[in-house]
Amino acid sequence: MNRDLICIICPRGCMLHVEEQNGELCVSGNACPRGKQYAIDECTNPLRTITSIVRVSNREDTMVSVKTANPIPKGKIFDAMEKIRAVSVEAPVKIGDVILNDVFGADIVATKDVE
Amino acid sequence: MVQHDIVIIGGGPAGMAAAVAAYDNGVKDVVILDREEDLGGILRQCIHNGFGLHKLGQELTGPEYAAVYKEKVKERGIKVFYESTVTAVSPDKIVTARNREGILKIQAKAVILAMGCRERSRGALNTPGTRPAGVYSAGTAQKLMNCEGYMVGKKVVILGSGDIGLIMARRMSLEGAKVEAVCEILPYSGGLNRNIVQCLEDYGIPLYLNTTVAEIHGTKRVEGVTIAQVDANRNIIEETKRYIDCDTLLLSVGLIPENELTREAGIAISPVTSGALVDENCQTSIEGIFACGNVLQVHDLVDYVSDEAERAGIGAVSYVLGENKGSISVATKAGKGVRYVLPQTVHTDSGKDTALFLRVTEPFGKVRFTVTSGDEILATAQRLKAAPGEMEKLIIPAEKLARVKEEIVVTLDELN
Repeated sequence: MNRDLICIICPRGCMLHVEEQNGELCVSGNACPRGKQYAIDECTNPLRTITSIVRVSNREDTMVSVKTANPIPKGKIFDAMEKIRAVSVEAPVKIGDVILNDVFGADIVATKDVE
Repeated sequence: MVQHDIVIIGGGPAGMAAAVAAYDNGVKDVVILDREEDLGGILRQCIHNGFGLHKLGQELTGPEYAAVYKEKVKERGIKVFYESTVTAVSPDKIVTARNREGILKIQAKAVILAMGCRERSRGALNTPGTRPAGVYSAGTAQKLMNCEGYMVGKKVVILGSGDIGLIMARRMSLEGAKVEAVCEILPYSGGLNRNIVQCLEDYGIPLYLNTTVAEIHGTKRVEGVTIAQVDANRNIIEETKRYIDCDTLLLSVGLIPENELTREAGIAISPVTSGALVDENCQTSIEGIFACGNVLQVHDLVDYVSDEAERAGIGAVSYVLGENKGSISVATKAGKGVRYVLPQTVHTDSGKDTALFLRVTEPFGKVRFTVTSGDEILATAQRLKAAPGEMEKLIIPAEKLARVKEEIVVTLDELN
């Protein structure tokens, strides 16, 4: 294993280098510990936070924005989107309210208040 | 006419952070005017994550970042005039606004301009072709999709690789659209690296550099676009013309600070940033009028908008309370490799460490920035890379600044 990556954790966008040494992944180029974790995840089980919207059924033309409370496997993005698209929610909604439980290991939570 | 100490125009991230900073630093009579029915500005439609890592130490979506500041505004009881469009700011700080109740006139002691920016339009590009439906600015498409739940198209070409264009490429892909291409007329993307990775590469969307949209086809609805490469003078190379079938064209071709009120007030504007000329407290050429956020300079990170707005808020408090912020000032100047430096003037006797913000002219590898005044070096900083899309910050220590007599120049040197 020998890979160059651009860290996507923060806008700094560090250029990371990952090398396998004695069965362990060694990361360089990261400015913070989150970068190291990102590089290891990216080489073993790439993860992404997904954000989208869900319709508010009892308010006209109103959407509530949502996200996965933690990152989910990259390969499951479109399956997760399908589940998010299939639901609607009733106002009032508060930031952090769980809209869907356990979508590939993450709850889907509201990121906006709707009164 | 009503009177308030500090009047803030715009309730986006800049306006909210300025209001909170002004309140917390000793002026309680602060009001915000916003033309929308809710605070948050552009963050309301930015449902993606990545906000707040620097400023709040957590990764938030746009609406969540806005909610943090909305709560701060609410806790302090800061008065907000919603759906109130400011139509004039006079040099003697009378702010005129229009809302459902009629005309509102406020005599302010200090005014903070925080109106944000808007997108460059197709008209500004002179793209040839017909005028079919299906051509949107990326931000308009973002608002339609994220706030109103309206899907703008199914087969998409995006012109411009700024961050909004990249974010929308991913957003449309997630909703099932096919993004055929992102075209960038420059030899590099103006977007953040992380967005090229997580918005384009993740979804297999090609980014074509040195490429533009040469023609838009379709009569009622967009039916396709002709894309083509450009030469060093940005002229279209005929033999590279290629047709792409699509129903939607998104434009992400730059942002323009919304400075109509600023100009009408007679405030001096920089031709480079298209925002007001300011000192280190964000004070404009008219004493007591301050500017911050995207109306001052287009930012890439909201975290830095909040920081800048806090400086403006504190600057306005000092002005209202009659505190001395320094009386001797020198100009700053962009030297080799630097497109602009902000603030454009700096007080040398403020007694404070002072930050300079700048953008480079083009992408560079390893560089060193040097801040000089006459023969003296005031600050240096090295970076592994520098790009126009990423604002740089350099700090001049107070004791060095105190000795400055001449113009302050920032230059960039490439290192190997």
